[in-house]
Amino acid sequence: MKEGRPRSFYVLAIFFAAYVLFLYGPMIAIYVLSFQGPQGGLTFPMNGVSTFWIAKLFQGTGIVDLGAAFRRSLLLGLIVMVVTVVLSVAAGMAFRRKFKAQSILFYSAIASLIVPSIITSLGISLEFRIIDDLIKAHWNENFETSMGLLTSGLGAHLTWTLPFGLLIMFAIFNRFDPRLEEAARDLGATPWQAFRHVVLPIILPSVIGIGLFGFTLSWDELARSSQAIGAVNTLPLDLQGLTTTVTNPDIYALGTVISAVSFTVIALALGTIHVLNKRQAAKGSDAGKGLV
Amino acid sequence: MDTSEDILQQASPGLIPGAGTARAAKVTRLSPSFISWLQAGPMMLVFLAFFLIPLVFVVIVSFWDYNEYQLLPAFSGRGYTDTFEGCIAQLPDLCTIAKTYLKTLKLCFLVWVITLFIGFWVAYFLAFHVKSKTWQMGLSLLCTIPFWTSNVIRMIAWIPLLGRNGLVNSGLVKSGLINHPLEWLLFSEFSVVLALVHLFTFFMVVPIFNSMVRIDKSLIEAAYDAGATGFQTLVNVIIPLAKPGIVIGSIFVITIVMGDFITIGVMGGQQIAAAGKIIETRVNALQFPAAAANAVILLIITFLIITMMSRIVDIKKEL
Repeated sequence: MKEGRPRSFYVLAIFFAAYVLFLYGPMIAIYVLSFQGPQGGLTFPMNGVSTFWIAKLFQGTGIVDLGAAFRRSLLLGLIVMVVTVVLSVAAGMAFRRKFKAQSILFYSAIASLIVPSIITSLGISLEFRIIDDLIKAHWNENFETSMGLLTSGLGAHLTWTLPFGLLIMFAIFNRFDPRLEEAARDLGATPWQAFRHVVLPIILPSVIGIGLFGFTLSWDELARSSQAIGAVNTLPLDLQGLTTTVTNPDIYALGTVISAVSFTVIALALGTIHVLNKRQAAKGSDAGKGLV
Repeated sequence: MDTSEDILQQASPGLIPGAGTARAAKVTRLSPSFISWLQAGPMMLVFLAFFLIPLVFVVIVSFWDYNEYQLLPAFSGRGYTDTFEGCIAQLPDLCTIAKTYLKTLKLCFLVWVITLFIGFWVAYFLAFHVKSKTWQMGLSLLCTIPFWTSNVIRMIAWIPLLGRNGLVNSGLVKSGLINHPLEWLLFSEFSVVLALVHLFTFFMVVPIFNSMVRIDKSLIEAAYDAGATGFQTLVNVIIPLAKPGIVIGSIFVITIVMGDFITIGVMGGQQIAAAGKIIETRVNALQFPAAAANAVILLIITFLIITMMSRIVDIKKEL
C-alpha cells in the first residue's frame, strides 16, 4: 500500500527550503560580489566581473597584512584541531568507566560551552595580566607579556572546541558495542592494541568529525579571541575590524578567501569520512555471515 | 557512523561468550582509576587553566580598585558602584545598566521566539517527514555547514542585501511600494535580530531534532488510532517528548544572545548597547574591575536563567 504524502509535508518542505535559502542566500551574495569589477561597489548590481579585489588582497596592498594573519590563523587552527582530537578521544575513553571527577569534568565542559564567550575571554586576559605582573615584580622587570597566540589564544580556543569534541565522543560511545573490544582483549590484545586496532578504526569517521569541528571553530573564532589573543590579530579579528571602516569590496574578497579555506576543510573532512564509511561497509562486515 | 554500528551488530553475536572472562585474565600494572586520570586529566587541566581559574579571577578582580591605566589590587566595590551609578538617584527613571539589560532581554526574547519557531519546524520536517536516512543525513549536513563557516562573514553578508542601496531596498523602490529606501533595515535592532536568528537557529535545530528522532513512531500512530487530530498529537505527544531538546536549544540561544557583543556591534552599527557590549567597552577603556563586575552580573543573570530552565529537564540525562 502506497500512501501519498500529507499536505503538511509540502508546507514544511517549502518552509525548510526557505530556511536553507535564508542560510545560504546572503553568503552566496557576498561570494558573488567579491568578483566585482574594479569600479564595483558594495552592493548589486555587479559592475563587471573580475578577480581584481581578490588579487589586491594577495598583493598585500590592501587594508590588512593578510598573509601574516592568514598564517597565524592557520597555525592556530591546526594546533587546536590536533589538541582537540587527542584530548577529546582520551577523555571520551575515560568516560566509558566511572571515575571520580567525572561529573566535574562534564559540568566544566558544559559550562565552558554556555558561559558567554566575553566572560571567558576577559577572565583569560585577567589571568595572563596578573601572571605578567607577578613575573615583572619578582623575576624580570623587562618581561613583556606571556599572552600570545599559542598561550592565551590557544587556551581560549580550546575552551570552545573541547566541549564539542567531548559531546561528539559521548554520541559515539552511546552507540558503541563494547563487546568487540572485549573480544580483542580475549584474543590477547593489550589495552593499547585493542584501542589502536579495534576501537580507533571503528570510531575514526567521527574522530575526523571532531577534527573538523576543532579546525573550523578555531578558524572562525572571534568572541573568545577578542580579549585573549594578545598583540597580534587572527584573520576573523582583522575582518571584524574592517566592518566599521570599509567602503569597497575588499571585505567581501577577504570573506570569500576565508570561506574558501573553511569549505576546503569541510569538503576534505566529509570526503574522508565518506570513504572510511564505505571501506568499513565493504571490508569490515563478513562476520556473522556464516562459515565459508 | 551508521555503518560501524551495522558492522558491530553483525559481528557481535559470536563474541558474547568470551566477554566476561577478559577481565579476570588480564594483568595490568596501572590501576583503572589511574588510567582514567591519565585519559581525562589533560582536558580537565585545560578547563582548569583557561576556564575555571579565569572565572575565579573575574570574580576577584571585580572587587579590585582601578585608575585610568591600571589595576590596583586592593579591595573596592567601585566596579559595582560605577556600574550601578544613578540607579537609585534617578528613580523612577531607569539607570543605564537597567536600560541596557532590559534591551538585552528584549533582544533575547525576540531571538528566542523566532529561533524556537523556525528550529522546531525545521527539526520536525527532518525528523518526521524525511524518511530516508541518507536524505536525513544530507539535509542535516546542509543545515550544519554554515555553522562551520565564519560568523562575521555571515553577518556582513547581509550588507549588500539590506543596505540603503541594497537588493531589498532597490527592489521595493522599483516595485513602487516605497518612495525612499528604508533606513531601519541595516544597523538597527531589526538587522541585529535577523543576524542572530540567521546565525544561531542551528543551536535550536540540533537538540530538538535529537529529541524528535528518539520519539517512538508507534506512539504517534497510537495517538492517531485513538482518534487524535494532527494538532492534538503535536501538542500532547510530540511537544512533551521533544521538550528536552527544546530546553537545551533554548539555553544555548539565550546564553549566546545574552553575552553577544559581536553581532550586536557589527549589525547594530556599534550603536546598540547590550550586556556583552558593556564589558567590551569597559575593557577597551582599560577599566578591568568594572568590566569584571559587569561580567559577574551577566554570569549571575545567565546562571539564573539556566537554573530556571534546567528545572524543567535533566540536561545530563539527555546528552
